[in-house]
Amino acid sequence: MPASTVNTKAAPRPAARRGPPLAWVGWVFLILLALVTVIYIGSKAWSNPILFLQNFLDGLKLGFVYALIALGYTMVYGIVKLINFAHGDVFMVGAFTSFYAVSRFNLHQWPLALFPGINPGLSIVIGSLTVVLLSMGVCVILAVTIERVAYKPLRDAPRIAALITAIGVSFFLEFFGALPFVFSGRFIPYKSPFPTTAWYIQDGIHPIVSGTASPDNTISFSNIFLIIAAASILVQILLQFIVKRTKVGIAMRAASYDKSTARLMGINVDQIISFTFAIGAAFAGLGGVLYAVAYSSIWTQLGILPGLKAFVAAVLGGIGSIPGAFVGALIMGQAESLTMSYISTPMRDAVAFTILIIVLLVKPTGLFGEPAQEKA
Amino acid sequence: MLRVENLHVFYGAIHALQGVSFHVEKGEIVTLIGANGAGKSTTLRTLSGILRPRDGSIALNGQELTTMPAEKIVKLGMSHVPEGRRIFAPLTVKENIMMGAYTRSDPAEIQTTLARAYKSFPRLKERESQYGGTLSGGEQQMLAMARALMSQPSLLLLDEPSMGLSPILVEEIFKIIVEINKQGTTILLVEQNAQMALSISNRAYVLETGSIVLSGDAKEIASNPDVKKAYLGI
Ligand SMILES: Nc1ncnc2c1ncn2[C@@H]1O[C@H](COP(=O)(O)OP(=O)(O)O)[C@@H](O)[C@H]1O
Ligand SMILES: [Mg+2]
Repeated sequence: MPASTVNTKAAPRPAARRGPPLAWVGWVFLILLALVTVIYIGSKAWSNPILFLQNFLDGLKLGFVYALIALGYTMVYGIVKLINFAHGDVFMVGAFTSFYAVSRFNLHQWPLALFPGINPGLSIVIGSLTVVLLSMGVCVILAVTIERVAYKPLRDAPRIAALITAIGVSFFLEFFGALPFVFSGRFIPYKSPFPTTAWYIQDGIHPIVSGTASPDNTISFSNIFLIIAAASILVQILLQFIVKRTKVGIAMRAASYDKSTARLMGINVDQIISFTFAIGAAFAGLGGVLYAVAYSSIWTQLGILPGLKAFVAAVLGGIGSIPGAFVGALIMGQAESLTMSYISTPMRDAVAFTILIIVLLVKPTGLFGEPAQEKA
Repeated sequence: MLRVENLHVFYGAIHALQGVSFHVEKGEIVTLIGANGAGKSTTLRTLSGILRPRDGSIALNGQELTTMPAEKIVKLGMSHVPEGRRIFAPLTVKENIMMGAYTRSDPAEIQTTLARAYKSFPRLKERESQYGGTLSGGEQQMLAMARALMSQPSLLLLDEPSMGLSPILVEEIFKIIVEINKQGTTILLVEQNAQMALSISNRAYVLETGSIVLSGDAKEIASNPDVKKAYLGI
């Protein structure tokens, strides 16, 4: 009998769709935890609203970066049902590409070098965009190559084989990168392609003179925050447009749902899969550069934790869902920032995995996820 | 138009098609009848390139398709409406239809074909922005057919279009099939509803456990005593 066709209707279905057997434990735990958290953070926020808002902005900054990574996890999962654990390392390669472009080759200054008369501000903008585009391009080539070499041959193998391969590729990138003649395993100070400017808010917005601290009890933010926020939101809009309005985007959704029928439409599924990896990698590359600019030091394992947190964000939002990844990432950013400020800094990573466990226990399909209904 | 010779297809160790040969001529409606598990769907899936035969050959208008990937075969004018309709549930009705035109690039021509599809299936026009998964069985069958016609095929493969539909809907679907054929599309039909299928076909083949056991004029087949007993329930 063809397992997937004629008999689906007659196949006995499990009674009503319920959560996993111990879901109520998770619910009780979750409600208690939520109550305690809300009361605790609420009281802190009440006593110092300025600090709370500052934490909120810091959390947004993290969340926007996680969103750039999480999109790649969720789109790739949507189409090949693979958690691409090497994705965080592609992000790392994006950061390193921009580091070499800026520190070794001064790529960010090419407009000024070629056209000495050009406005220096314009030169910085064009130069920085060039660096970002280069990093995105390198990430795209890397991710598409990884897909072709490591994942494609395993497409019809059991899923666990591809998953283990993804972990292998991840280790490979981290430890190959750590070789002395590649990136080296040390922390490397990162040189931003553009200068940082910061402002504080106190009866209006005032620039912070560089080298000085912002006045006490004010909220401050930088151009890096604004760039990260704008980039992340633009990417989100662009992706929605691609997926909803373009032929290749609709084909992506069709192939995610049913590959063999997509082929009957004349869709080249291999190309669509490459394209999906490419988009995810481009956004990760962008995220990698922005992350390095914001946190100003890089090393070969810098992709691991942001990668894992973005993965949790994708699961939290409902893996496979693009808006879910975005919302999940913003929540992860807040959770981390609030934990750092109100609980303890070392707990920032633990909280991400606590969230993962709770989601898997209570609602494995995440906030925006459809219950799994796979086809062929 | 379509020439299939000595086709052997395996699922692992299961020898699903054991030397199937047949042909379809331009303008015909040809039916493949056979019991559940005989290999009808396997035959169609091999024709459209989803499955690879281990042996044998397939030629469409003299062009060899045997090892061609599915996505290229569509361009050559063969379109396959799979068993169970296989609508893209998370895509809207219109997006489903437009996926059928994936291999075509001229927007004006695509719009013309779309208008024609909506004329043949007015209900789809009403449901244009609804998700494919929310349609009823009959509507899904119409959507699957409209989608397949968007590539302007010269040969249309239909796998059990009447499956799970009420008698009235079956009647309607078969009328549409005849209409499509009259407009110049050759049809290879697979059905368990043999009576209905034979009544609209020119010729027929009977498939039993992976081999063709009988072939001929549709009327002849319908009056064959063995066929009557096995497939027509008379
Ligand atoms: N995906 C599959 N894997 C293994 N065996 C299959 C698969 N699909 C079909 N078969 C087997 O191949 C034979 C023909 O199936 P199929 O072509 O679906 O028959 P029909 O469409 O005539 O009902 C059956 O014995 C069936 O069990
Ligand atoms: Mg069948």
